[in-house]
Amino acid sequence: MARYAIGTRVRALSFDPDGHTRLPRYVRGHRGEIVDGHGSWPLPDQALRGVARTEPVYAVRFAARDLWGAGSHSVVVDLWESYLEEAE
Amino acid sequence: MSGDHAELPAAVRVRQLEDRVIAAGLTTDAELDQILAGVYWTGSPANGARMVARAWTDAGYAERLLADGNAAAAEFGFGASSRGGSGYRLKAVQNTGRRHNLIVCTLCSCYPTSLLGPSPSWYKSFAYRSRAVREPRDVLAEFGLQLPAETEIVVWDSSAETRYLVVPARPANCAGLGEDALASLVTRDGMIGTAAL
Repeated sequence: MARYAIGTRVRALSFDPDGHTRLPRYVRGHRGEIVDGHGSWPLPDQALRGVARTEPVYAVRFAARDLWGAGSHSVVVDLWESYLEEAE
Repeated sequence: MSGDHAELPAAVRVRQLEDRVIAAGLTTDAELDQILAGVYWTGSPANGARMVARAWTDAGYAERLLADGNAAAAEFGFGASSRGGSGYRLKAVQNTGRRHNLIVCTLCSCYPTSLLGPSPSWYKSFAYRSRAVREPRDVLAEFGLQLPAETEIVVWDSSAETRYLVVPARPANCAGLGEDALASLVTRDGMIGTAAL
């Protein structure tokens, strides 16, 4: 079950694992908004270690100004649920 | 692979990697050839173009395409898999007069191969992957696409198991054209978002 509904404000965690992750460095620690749900998919961080675990994946929209300090565009990044926490 | 490339360092490394996975019993040469042949035989930007042209002419199809890209692709018999059978979610995003969409994969080179064919080399370049999310307006200008300042740009980073297809805005002055003629106006770059039509 997906924990976050569309419109929820979330923050990408700022973990920095030794192994593989698909949490891009440029969104770590930044706040965004859930704009779509992609269903559940295997978590790559675990799958590469042979652990089968699926999690909801969300399209999360970030404002360029928040990510880069400038820019009027937005960037939508697809993130697994365990990469996120709810933002206040 | 062409013989001209066989001595390139990357080709040598790929060959060595192939030898190792084949030796480990994970796959066979024949299976790899079959996967590649399938990708290059069935994957073509003509597929995506047919979907876009139908979306332009059939409002019901456009609605279905935006709601469920996989089902809309399946209406044409197009699959949503490009990695030897593992599927992806297809999400279509529509360009309008007010919003322009651009696709990138910053982590690697994820791309809807079955609908757009093999990806262009620039799509896999570090320059495109790093700059598209940071300064898309400048990147688009270098592609020859000058967007009005008031056009909102949304960059979609395919960082997971969803692949994106841009539905370009229908060009002006093509009111009398049928679906096939319209499909011939749709370009690969238009469906990545680096060109307008």
